[in-house]
Amino acid sequence: MPPSDIAEDAQKVMAGDKASVSRALNLVEDRRDEAHARVAELLDALKSAPRAVAGHRVGLTGPPGVGKSTLTSALARSLRDRGRTIGVVAVDPSSLRSGGSLLGDRARMSFDPKDNGLFVRSLATAGEVGGLAYAANSSVRVLAAAYDIVVIETTGVGQSEIDIVHVADTVVLVIQPGSGDVLQFLKAGIMEIPDILVVNKADHDALARRAVADLSGALRTAHAAGAGGSQSPNWETPIVATSATKGTGIDVLIDTLDAHRQHLETELAARRRQGEVHWALDLFSRKHGEHGVSALGGNTTLKARAEHELDSGQSPLSLCERLSQEYVEMLRRSA
Amino acid sequence: MADDGKRERDRPWIMRTYSGHSTAAASNELYRTNLGKGQTGLSVAFDLPTQTGYDADDPLARGEVGKVGVPISHIGDMRRLFDGIPLDQMNTSMTINATAVWLLSLYIATAEDQGVDTHVLRGTTQNDIIKEYLSRGTHIFPPAASMRLITDLITYTVEEVPKWNPINICSYHLQEAGATPTQELAYALVTAIGVLDAVKETGRVPEAEFGNVVARISFFVNAGIRFVEELCKMRAFVELWDRIARERYGVTDAKQRRFRYGVQVNSLGLTEQQPENNMIRIVLEMLAVTLSKDARARAVQLPAWNEALGLPRPWDQQWSLRAQQILAYETDLLEYADLFKGSEVVEARTQELVESAWTEVQEVLSRGGAVEAVESGYIKQKLVESNAARLRAIEAGDQIVVGVNKYVEGAPSPLTENLDDAILTVDPQVDADQRAALKVWKAERDESAAQKALAELERCAKSNENMMQPSIAAAHAGVTTGEWAGLLRRVWGEYRAPTGVAGASVKANVSGRAAEVIEGLRGRLHELEARMGRRAKLLVGKPGLDGHSNGAEQIAIKARDVGFDVVYEGIRVSPEQIVASALEEGVHLIGLSILSGSHLALVPEVVERLREAGLGDVPVVAGGIIPEADAERLRAAGVAAVYTPKDFELDTIMSDLIDLVDREHAAE
Repeated sequence: MPPSDIAEDAQKVMAGDKASVSRALNLVEDRRDEAHARVAELLDALKSAPRAVAGHRVGLTGPPGVGKSTLTSALARSLRDRGRTIGVVAVDPSSLRSGGSLLGDRARMSFDPKDNGLFVRSLATAGEVGGLAYAANSSVRVLAAAYDIVVIETTGVGQSEIDIVHVADTVVLVIQPGSGDVLQFLKAGIMEIPDILVVNKADHDALARRAVADLSGALRTAHAAGAGGSQSPNWETPIVATSATKGTGIDVLIDTLDAHRQHLETELAARRRQGEVHWALDLFSRKHGEHGVSALGGNTTLKARAEHELDSGQSPLSLCERLSQEYVEMLRRSA
Repeated sequence: MADDGKRERDRPWIMRTYSGHSTAAASNELYRTNLGKGQTGLSVAFDLPTQTGYDADDPLARGEVGKVGVPISHIGDMRRLFDGIPLDQMNTSMTINATAVWLLSLYIATAEDQGVDTHVLRGTTQNDIIKEYLSRGTHIFPPAASMRLITDLITYTVEEVPKWNPINICSYHLQEAGATPTQELAYALVTAIGVLDAVKETGRVPEAEFGNVVARISFFVNAGIRFVEELCKMRAFVELWDRIARERYGVTDAKQRRFRYGVQVNSLGLTEQQPENNMIRIVLEMLAVTLSKDARARAVQLPAWNEALGLPRPWDQQWSLRAQQILAYETDLLEYADLFKGSEVVEARTQELVESAWTEVQEVLSRGGAVEAVESGYIKQKLVESNAARLRAIEAGDQIVVGVNKYVEGAPSPLTENLDDAILTVDPQVDADQRAALKVWKAERDESAAQKALAELERCAKSNENMMQPSIAAAHAGVTTGEWAGLLRRVWGEYRAPTGVAGASVKANVSGRAAEVIEGLRGRLHELEARMGRRAKLLVGKPGLDGHSNGAEQIAIKARDVGFDVVYEGIRVSPEQIVASALEEGVHLIGLSILSGSHLALVPEVVERLREAGLGDVPVVAGGIIPEADAERLRAAGVAAVYTPKDFELDTIMSDLIDLVDREHAAE
């Protein structure tokens, strides 16, 4: 989209116009250098959208096959029943060999094509280390401007997925009864403790009850090992049992999500700010590596600087852009 | 046996032709003609709305009414279908699954109207919903509800319609979905185990009578062109089923442990190129299931030579029936005992299959059984992988298909001189007629009786009572197929099955020329990505009710492998949903796959709706069994390219798709 249209398009995105949301998402996925300025402009225009500020960004993660897509689908239906709008970013693993991907998530979602309050975009991870796609950060921000709740769905468990913490206000880990690995990861402190734990496929009462009991045990062990609570202080990670196929537990999950969102109220701005700092510096270090980071004063210095500049209205993308320019300039002078 | 050569002949198998189209009246006429030609049983093909529980007036039925079979909405249609055909003398096979309980109820109600005692009814309901999730795609409800319908039908017929085969466990569609002989054996057997275990769990059948249930289980098997191996596969089935019946279910009567099966020989291997060759394939495949007396089919139906081109005409079906009759009545096959008993070669291959299949059976059982392995996507993924390997072998020329990838030069066939006359076309008026007739039916029935019957159905659906009795009552009360299924959809919900594509890992094993081609395609997509800023994104859509997803799946996997971002939504999505997904996903290209013959209604609708949504510049390609005259019309409606079964070279299709995206980008 031409630059002049961006302000107008941002307005339409905020009004929830599907075609405009889609175009905006296409733009933020655009990796050409010439697109960067327009992406920054768009995100700046969307930054203070009322929905983006008041809304809720939920990260849904867990091992493959636990029924995340079906759960997202059930969640979407219940949220729509409550009159709330929802945007979904489904991140799928790419085939590294070809660079291609098969985004099969939509297959498990049944939705009404006429519903303007539900939007689903799948993203391939394009071989990025860290799991979240190049464009996921920006895509979440586009959807957050248009919908009440944004769900970021990713696959994985263990360290590779921790960057979802920097994108989401609330991290939900989904597992199914009998997931021994997850228990071990939690106990060993390898895995960040989520804000909410969901035991999906809780169709068999006895099994589900045992899974819930096992998880509470694992959480206690993790706490004892000094892993602390979830990202939010004073928040005890609740465990919710759901059956996405039967639709049970979904309402409880929504209430729990709302409770966490409410709990965050005072620290939300700071939490999102941390995410932006991480995003800006992550983009920069991917581009220029260790060398770039140390040339500009090292991690701690850069972090402090990023916080300061973001506070004074700079957006993460333009900050990254500026740091890059400085670094390139530095290289040029020393050459 | 006397020395004068007059040997006693075995009774031949039941000969059927899978048929039905347009309307109940037209199909009735066809059945009567077929019986007159010496066919000894009926095999009813229902249209997709009937199979998936919609009446003709449902928006989802658009373009599908009467296409791949006969529409049956209510008892009036069923009576018309069997008009003048005494049901007490007929052996009727019904290819019906998700709505099997309902269609059997209509059949029983029709028989009752004819004054026939249900205890003499003979025939088969396919009723294997498990394989629908894997391959055929006409499932409606979640697995637990489907299993309940299956067991309701079985436990009812064992008592009330004892000569009926309540379920035909289908390995047929597994082979079409790509199963190797080992997989075909294993997945059919675990399905049977899943069903029998579920029947046991209902507690409706006394322990001592369980052998009766095992004895009524029959199978519906595929026979492919590797006919020696297929013959061994049938012998392996016999041995394994005997073992399962004996060891797992304690059946002591050998007769009750007999592996009973019907067969449709492979339609998948039939080619659009040099289609006359298909008759030879069909005959050879028939041998696999008839030659060996110890593993001979109970019923055989043969496809027609021109199935890859479109809907067969009566003459095409007659030609296939004649092939059966010549084998059964002209040759001396039925005069001999088993020809292969004691053959070391056949026995060795059979044992190999028995062992490998048994290992895979144990694997699935250790994963919690058939239903669990369907829900987790395990079986589906295995099938998708096998199918990809098969297609790659054909494309690379490692697997020879005469007239397709070898010996392609030949004189033009006089059989296809006038191609558009070489198939049957369904009158488009059928759709509207059926809708009008439905309206009349509903207006003339006793509405309060119908509503009462529906209320009783709902009560049963919410309890654990058998669904058969209230369904038969509803049939008599004039309830329609759409009402029956619609009610249960509300009570039990609908189910979207795993597509098996996302996790399918395809063992590359390509080298030389083939690898170069793939690398070339990947390079082009990378270069295109650099120019567009995003990777090319393809939406693969299956509009309509047709659930044959193998083609769409293979296109999706291939496109992924050459570097597309692919969005695949599974089967049965409406044109509206496809357009909504295209918009939300920001795709560069849309590929539609339709095998039910409803392409003329559905494809232009997608194109039109794209235009309305401001996506008129997104190219659309279509694939399916699409006659050239139709392809012409689709192109005129704005479709960028049309592919048919003769386009087996996926690499070429991929290259075309990249061209289309490139051209569209350049035009921007």
